[in-house]
Amino acid sequence: MSQVVADDGIVPENPVLPAGRWRVLFRKLLQNRAAVVGGVFIILLLVIALFPDLFATHHPTRFQNPANRFQPPSSEHWFGTDNLGRDIYSRVIHGTRVTLSVAFQSVFVGAVVGVSLGILAGYYGKWIDTIIMRLMDILLAFPGILLALAIVSALGPSLRNVIIAISIFSIPTFARIVRGSTLVVRDLEYIEAIRALGARDSKIIVQHVLPNVLSPIIVQATLYIATAILIASGLSFLGLGAQPPIPEWGLMLSAGRDFIWNAVHVSLFPGLAIMLAVLSFNLLGDGLRDALDPRLK
Amino acid sequence: MSLGVYVIRRLLQMIPVLLGVVFLVFSMLHIVPGDPAMIMAGEQASPAALERMRERLGLNDPLPVQYVRYLGNAIRGDLGESVRNNRAVTDEIFASRYWITLQLAIMSIALAVFIGVIAGIISAVWRHSLFDTMIMLIALFGLSMPSFWLGIMLIFWFSVQFFWLPAAGWGSLPQAVLPVITLGTAGAAVIARMTRSSMLEVINQDYIRTARAKGVKESVVIAKHALRNALIPVVTVVGLQFGFFLGGSVLTETVFAINGLGRLMVSAINARDFPIVQGAVLVASVSFMAVNLIVDITYRFLNKRIELN
Repeated sequence: MSQVVADDGIVPENPVLPAGRWRVLFRKLLQNRAAVVGGVFIILLLVIALFPDLFATHHPTRFQNPANRFQPPSSEHWFGTDNLGRDIYSRVIHGTRVTLSVAFQSVFVGAVVGVSLGILAGYYGKWIDTIIMRLMDILLAFPGILLALAIVSALGPSLRNVIIAISIFSIPTFARIVRGSTLVVRDLEYIEAIRALGARDSKIIVQHVLPNVLSPIIVQATLYIATAILIASGLSFLGLGAQPPIPEWGLMLSAGRDFIWNAVHVSLFPGLAIMLAVLSFNLLGDGLRDALDPRLK
Repeated sequence: MSLGVYVIRRLLQMIPVLLGVVFLVFSMLHIVPGDPAMIMAGEQASPAALERMRERLGLNDPLPVQYVRYLGNAIRGDLGESVRNNRAVTDEIFASRYWITLQLAIMSIALAVFIGVIAGIISAVWRHSLFDTMIMLIALFGLSMPSFWLGIMLIFWFSVQFFWLPAAGWGSLPQAVLPVITLGTAGAAVIARMTRSSMLEVINQDYIRTARAKGVKESVVIAKHALRNALIPVVTVVGLQFGFFLGGSVLTETVFAINGLGRLMVSAINARDFPIVQGAVLVASVSFMAVNLIVDITYRFLNKRIELN
């Protein structure tokens, strides 16, 4: 899955956002139609993930009726039914929570660890920097989803292990970006002044460095949620993530693959759901990046 | 610094990373919950069979000894034996699997570069036009589509509906069409976006304005002055994408039943055949590092030429 790391390599050159500019950023974001569309879709997905029963028309896992297999889309079953006669629309709806919670959790853990390592490396420099960044180089030497695949294959197939795998996979990217920003912030005059006044390192990092490196982290996290959704569904598609009967989009696709000759709708709709979710986060992430770095719109 | 010194320095820098990669691959067997020997020999294995498996995998030695042995063997090209059929891991990988994945990756990157660069140039030259909007929108969809879903949909249209192209296998040109599109699409999208932004950056630079002011024709400005410089950063992205294709063709190979490295990995994971999984991950990562090295050298070489000019 090549788009897994769909990083154009375009990172804002000086990604430090002066404090107090968040409102300006937000206003800029609202002027970007694509980002607004992405944001609205994300809100919709979140509402669906929180209250799936408001949207679902059937139970997601209970077998409807074996005689009801492979129904094409109809007014009763909007997306048709699958090989076990389950309502695909309701399963896609319930799958939203699975997908988003896996993506959010893994990016959150990856970001926390990656940001901490990046700040340590950038702030303290010297051998700490060398060791941390070499470790990151090692993690980055595994192409695409291979690192996640290797971790899941060792730990065993489950959603929890998918979260662990994607977290580890996303650590080096966060660490690299944050290290770069920290280097810029560290040498700002006012930070030096605070240090000269005797402030402790931990206080400087939490109160001054962290807020200043927050904006590139937010851009990266948004884009990485898109990546995490693709990897997680890919791993489930390979049978290494969610296990039946969990309504996970990648798993649903992999089941639908066997019936493509007579019932393409079984694989069509879960795939569309993945694409829509990934697209939303990519749109918002692109918008955030443009708002922070308007050089090349 | 001359190019030769640079290459040597890069090679030396790769050594600690390589050792780390081998270490992580080696550790895979040891983060397995439970007894790896039992997982591979099976739950019902007799104590004697378990002991044989431990002996065979060298699990009875202290960890550092095991690592050094694994590393030493790997350097000599020995990645152990498959637990399933006792064949050497390197034979399993290099008999045909690796080359199939390599072919798939090369064809996909060729497609991605061809489409991506052209689309990116069109987008940049006619910035904010309908073309630009359309291309960038398509690229965004290309980035957001799960490749395995795209593959399944392509099979549906071109194999199930119209019988135009085969849905599975590898070996003939028609068999390659759908997998190459599946794997190459996201890469084309990334390259198109990168080419566009790189072109835009170059077009705004002084020497391009100077060329225009001198009255050089727009097409010549684009082709001779802008493109040559704009494509240099694109080289890096192409290299990265190629690496991802090498390691990431797992999903495409699964969809199209192609017996490449990725599918070997997945079947080995399901059979709990760890020496194969470890070997495949290691080979893919080393290939990725080699590609990155070549790309970096190319990048530096191209940059040097421009500096000299």
